[in-house]
Amino acid sequence: MAVIPKFIGQRIKRREDPRLITGTGLYVDDVRLPGMLTAVILRSPYAHAKINSINLDAARKVPGVVAVFSGDDFKDKIGTVPCVAPAENVPYHPVLAQGKVRFVGEGVAVAVAPNAYIAQDALDQIEVDYDPLDAVVDPEKALVDGAPILHEEFKSNSVTFAAVPNPAVDEAMKKADKIIRFRIHNQRLAPVPMEPRGVVARWDHGYKNLTIWSSTQIPHLMRSQVAEMLKLGENKIRVIAPEVGGGFGAKLNVYAEEALTAYLSMTLRRPVKWIERRRENLSGTTHGRDQIAYIEAAANKDGEVLALKGKFICDMGAYLQLLTPAIPGFSGLMMTGCYKIPALAFDQQMVFTNKMATDAYRGAGRPEAAFIAERTMEEVAIEFGLDPAEVRRKNFIPKAAFPAPTAGGLVYDSGDYELTLKKALDAIDYKKTREEQAAALKQGRYIGIGLASYVEICGIGPSALLPPKLKGGGWESCTVRIEPDAKVTVLTGVSPHGQGQETTFAQLVADEFGVDIDDVNVVHGDTSVVPYGIGTFGSRGTTVGGPALMMSVTKLQDKMKKIASTMMEVPPDQLVFQNRTVAMASDASKSIPLQGVIDAAYGYKTPIAGVEPGLDATSFYEPSACTFPFGTHAAVVEVDADTGAVKFLRYVAVDDCGKILSPLLVEGQIHGGIAQGIAQALYEEVRYDESGQLLSATLMDYAVPKAHMLPHYELISTVTPSPVNSLGVKGVGEAGTIGSTPCTFNAVLDALKPLGIRHIDMPLKPETLWRAIRDAKAKKA
Amino acid sequence: MRVNLTINGEQRSDDIDPRTLLVHYIRDVANLTGTHVGCETSICGACTVLIDGRASKSCAILAVQAEGAKITTIEGMADGDKLHPLQEGFWEEHGLQCGYCTPGMIMTAADLLSRNQNPTDAEVREALEGNLCRCTGYQHIINAIQSAAAKMREKKAA
Repeated sequence: MAVIPKFIGQRIKRREDPRLITGTGLYVDDVRLPGMLTAVILRSPYAHAKINSINLDAARKVPGVVAVFSGDDFKDKIGTVPCVAPAENVPYHPVLAQGKVRFVGEGVAVAVAPNAYIAQDALDQIEVDYDPLDAVVDPEKALVDGAPILHEEFKSNSVTFAAVPNPAVDEAMKKADKIIRFRIHNQRLAPVPMEPRGVVARWDHGYKNLTIWSSTQIPHLMRSQVAEMLKLGENKIRVIAPEVGGGFGAKLNVYAEEALTAYLSMTLRRPVKWIERRRENLSGTTHGRDQIAYIEAAANKDGEVLALKGKFICDMGAYLQLLTPAIPGFSGLMMTGCYKIPALAFDQQMVFTNKMATDAYRGAGRPEAAFIAERTMEEVAIEFGLDPAEVRRKNFIPKAAFPAPTAGGLVYDSGDYELTLKKALDAIDYKKTREEQAAALKQGRYIGIGLASYVEICGIGPSALLPPKLKGGGWESCTVRIEPDAKVTVLTGVSPHGQGQETTFAQLVADEFGVDIDDVNVVHGDTSVVPYGIGTFGSRGTTVGGPALMMSVTKLQDKMKKIASTMMEVPPDQLVFQNRTVAMASDASKSIPLQGVIDAAYGYKTPIAGVEPGLDATSFYEPSACTFPFGTHAAVVEVDADTGAVKFLRYVAVDDCGKILSPLLVEGQIHGGIAQGIAQALYEEVRYDESGQLLSATLMDYAVPKAHMLPHYELISTVTPSPVNSLGVKGVGEAGTIGSTPCTFNAVLDALKPLGIRHIDMPLKPETLWRAIRDAKAKKA
Repeated sequence: MRVNLTINGEQRSDDIDPRTLLVHYIRDVANLTGTHVGCETSICGACTVLIDGRASKSCAILAVQAEGAKITTIEGMADGDKLHPLQEGFWEEHGLQCGYCTPGMIMTAADLLSRNQNPTDAEVREALEGNLCRCTGYQHIINAIQSAAAKMREKKAA
């Protein structure tokens, strides 16, 4: 009999792909139901305005239209769009505006018709009488007396203020050779998954149950919230996440349209579909980042950083989505990065502005933290004339220190930062490249070397970390079932949307039971099929979902070993699974077919004491801690002084995500993360003008990078297993994004250093760089 | 209004609202949902199909403008159960994650390789200027297309 190979560690083809490469995957817009109607939403063209009246009469008369509603029709019918993160001022958030609009893109009315074309015809007939109000888009201006107030009941635009003081920081500031100060703005970004959001809701009036298809990362968590919004039992709601075309945190949320579409179906007693247009996605799906930080670093002239203090202004937007005020906390806690900086203090003022809400976006607070840590190292190097690699080495948490407590009160699980820096520097031949940089400068060419050593907190996480009002904790679920024919079914509570757990989990199960990977089927994203799960975000799919899987695998293995032990008269602890047999570890010739054990479990002809029939195990894994992937990225760039264009000469990423189960998939995650991080440094920004008009409302204006705008990535991995889980994995979904923004930024600034340029706000677009270079040259002249 | 065209070798004749975009015709009338909608300003490329052999954004034209045309969508790339080399390439090289941009990518790549059997990586990147991907960072897509190109050159030589 052919030997079944081991699958973990192999560069294997994904199980997900056959349907996706043939166009037969089912995304939410592919759901077609008899009698289905389409809903289209009318959205506010004003950033801030009173609604005096809405006239729906003409709209309702458009031929073919089934229904038209506005926000007041849902007063007391649908509960607030939820924010579960703690904050002092959490406003009521209607599914469609009631009395007032507070950001461009806020929903105002909805038309339902047999197709989107007719529904849009109806929208064109809706008359809304707005009284425009002054808008405020600058979060620092929003706090000034006299600024327009978004939510009158709070009397100010403060969402909440949180401070983590530390007198040791002030002490260190007194002792240090220098206090280095700088201001950075992690600009507002749009996640832009290639598939916008969408919902199909079907209310079955006979059975009184509701099915919701939604392009979501969190089917169960969303079900819990929508149940509350609609006052329906959770046991009567089924949420299905079909194929989801990207999320990046934007779909880690509960949106107005999810409850609204469901309510429309309940009212009209027909299935209703709402599909987000890209313009709506850029204006009405959560944005990322948008944090201003004033940093003070106490440093000595040998490069040692003694303390770090941060004052943050965080732009929340007009309403709070699910986790909006929770994101900045990560930025503060992780500010010390890879470094043994002993004292940390920060305070964070979160502010309402007339913009879309911010929330999680790939990295969610950790890119901001890494940027602060890495700019600190660069500023120290510049201030004292030191080599930036040396400054990092001087401050690194050493390998021997792990598990390492940090000034932020965290404990980093495992790490070897020095090794990743060494590998990155070797890969770009650092010394030689510095020489080439100097030679190029003599010829009037601006070459820059950028470094960023990062560490990030993920594998979310211990349940105590998550907001109390979120129905689920940070644990994860998994059912493993061996069917009577020896095929294996895995039901996981994580909800992948490109991460590939259908493959990674199948690899694990195949290896554990000694079956072929094609014998394993991994199912996710259906609340009626899989146990309650927390979903996919925070780089937790394999890090938290994986150990949950292994718990259930172990339960079944223990049971099967007991059965096989009785059949073979061999102690259970001497048995292993391989090649579709259960065999003696010390003598593979003594074995019985796996099928025989399965038959015994299902047929149960001879009951075994302490062994129930069947082969089905469900487990819930609570992580004891978060995990901390890390690495060093190095980039070599050339800036064209005449055009401001940035060209990558090299991009090297050394990343450590612990043990690697699916090498090809890990590469893909890092590539994708790097692309988004480079995009923050060079290309993307959500822009509102002074009156709150969104200027980046289409993909013509919001610069998601194209293939020719990104470099070739050279990946190197180090493997430092995490002690937190039995698989040794740390998670990898966000790490690439976290290292690449500061790396790219540092490279460009390094190139422009000879011109005396100390800082430029991101994104470093050609025009921005051209102006900075021109101004710097003029100053020198 | 009546529109007559051929999709994946099959002739169709349908009465449609004349303002129907070709992508909606393909998805909702011909029931081929492999072609996706990702924007409304013809930037993202998720809607890319071949119209008379040339990669075209089906969101940017009306169905009636494709009167008489031969259209190929992602569903027409495989030969029964035998995948097209591009589909194999994307599978082998992990050229997709969420899969949403993938049909459009494959159709654009098919057009590229019909005109340039041996593109450089730079030429592949330039050719994908009309197709956005948010998941992969593009590198594995380049590898996928190059893998398919090599296979197709080999087959041609044989």
